[in-house]
Amino acid sequence: MTTPRTKAKLPPILEPGYTYASATEKIGSIVLEGSTSTRWYVGFGIALSLTMLLLVSVTYLLVRGVGIWGLNMPVAWGFAIVNFVWWIGIGHAGTLISAILLLFRQEWRTSINRFAEAMTLFAVACAGMFPLLHLGRPWLFYWLLPYPSPTKLLPQFQSPLVWDVFAVSTYATVSLLFWFVGLVPDLATLRDRANSHFARLVYGFLAMGWRGSALHWYRYEIAYLLLAGLATPLVISVHTVVSLDFSVAIVPGWHSTIFPPYFVAGAIFSGFAMVLTLAIPLRAVYHLEDFITARHLDNMAKILLATGLIVAYGYMMETFMAWYSGSPYESYVMHNREGGYYAPYYWALMLANVATPQLLWFRKVRASAAGLFVIALVVNVGMWLERFIIVVTSLQRDFMPSAWHVFVPTFWDWATFVGSIGLFLTLLFLFVRFLPMISIFEMRELIEETTEAGTPGKGTAR
Amino acid sequence: MTTGRARLYGLLAEFEEADDLLEAARRTTEAGYVRKDAYTPFPVEGLPQALGLDRSHLPLIVLLGAIAGGLIGYGLQYFAFVHYYPMNIGGRPAHAWPAFIPVTFELTILGGALAAVFGMLGLNRLPQPHHPLFNAERFELARRSRFFLCIEATDAQFELGETRRFLESLEPREVVEVED
Repeated sequence: MTTPRTKAKLPPILEPGYTYASATEKIGSIVLEGSTSTRWYVGFGIALSLTMLLLVSVTYLLVRGVGIWGLNMPVAWGFAIVNFVWWIGIGHAGTLISAILLLFRQEWRTSINRFAEAMTLFAVACAGMFPLLHLGRPWLFYWLLPYPSPTKLLPQFQSPLVWDVFAVSTYATVSLLFWFVGLVPDLATLRDRANSHFARLVYGFLAMGWRGSALHWYRYEIAYLLLAGLATPLVISVHTVVSLDFSVAIVPGWHSTIFPPYFVAGAIFSGFAMVLTLAIPLRAVYHLEDFITARHLDNMAKILLATGLIVAYGYMMETFMAWYSGSPYESYVMHNREGGYYAPYYWALMLANVATPQLLWFRKVRASAAGLFVIALVVNVGMWLERFIIVVTSLQRDFMPSAWHVFVPTFWDWATFVGSIGLFLTLLFLFVRFLPMISIFEMRELIEETTEAGTPGKGTAR
Repeated sequence: MTTGRARLYGLLAEFEEADDLLEAARRTTEAGYVRKDAYTPFPVEGLPQALGLDRSHLPLIVLLGAIAGGLIGYGLQYFAFVHYYPMNIGGRPAHAWPAFIPVTFELTILGGALAAVFGMLGLNRLPQPHHPLFNAERFELARRSRFFLCIEATDAQFELGETRRFLESLEPREVVEVED
């Protein structure tokens, strides 16, 4: 139970003193101001050059084939799958914030849901790229879809890899719809406020003539709530299907029933780490501390800690089952992880994902933006290492010692991965410049709800 | 401004607070006006009820969309494995329904989500680039800070002078005539 004493200590989810107009102005002006800051250009320039590196890597891949990567049997799933799982996991926090926290009526989600959803979209775009590039002949990607072909061949619907195609493409579509529907009223605000004719035209086109009618809002809210209800089981199903890619196979280290819940928790864990990684610099650069308050950082840190503990339980169960199953192959994979070629990475992963989040038990750490930023970065790296350990160490030494092999990533493995981070950041830079990164109409709603009834002046200032 | 040659769309009253609009909407409904709408910068709780709006068909549309998506998903796999290209692998049944569930589930969600978004836009008659209300000078504040109530000229009870007096009795900031 919450006592009045502890409740009084919590920072607000919105600094008081804002009116509908001033909140609109503050968030809208980031997008509508005429000049772009030098800092934005520098950041965008760096991100764009990394995207160019991605283009070069992909072009070289298309010319030469997947042999440019460090893949070799038995490690046929290298960086491509590691990066795919990492990116799609990051996306899950956006949907959790926008859908699940909405259903649980967590009001603090309002200031972070817009850019978390954008993060989801961009992360899914990066994720979707990797399995396609990994196909070997990416231009035949349409073979993954059921279509009437002369050979009568259709995808194998009993394979988790095909489920993945459906899960990820549905996830991408629903995330886009959810994000766009959330944007429409704000696009209408931007249309009304834009100074240049071109901006009015573009925002006006996207706003579709939204005028704020009560009848429209009524259906809008129903649609938004139903979308949240649909997205909630979807987000859980997506990472479950991703985990089935592994656990349906009989490879030791993969063939485990803990995988679906452990993957979903890991996805939310890594996603919240990424939300913190993005939110902390954004609120500092754009002076949004009034909207993204210490309360938000504290809440996100708590979710990070909770999901981190579930992930730690997953690691524990993997180790326990390796011993308890009595399978020599399972226990060998575990020994190999803890003391084999990749052991430093395994222990780095334990340090990053199990030890580091324990710092979040301390209120002082949760209150420090810089501290949280560092922890979030460490968790991002840790979650990438986790997928690397799962994918590579299980394949590297499975049943037959004659087939054992050490996977070493090449320059092109790294270039593609770093390039995908560049693409993600490029899209984010464009997003914060051209679209409101905090939902304006939901902030107005929050002002209405948090201001004491009868206080004059919420709507009075023009 | 009085009515010119242009046809009148309606009378638009502007309010400063959501509560004032709610009260005004309730009284307008009680006064028997049917063709009316409110315009607000965010969804105001209780406003649909105050305006006397009917229950929306949207949830039903979403349900039907989801069911259609699920049927397409399952039907696709059933057709592919049982009729189009059945494969006998060690005598296992072609109709392996448990393996069909994930794709069925994903397409159910997809159908529901598409129905929710396009159903909402369709019922709202969006996209609609132009609307007479955009002619009103201060109407842009409906996406910013103010609350508006419009009684449309097509309402059976609408009579310019009397409706204006009624709206003014609700104590708005101002009442303006909007041309079609």
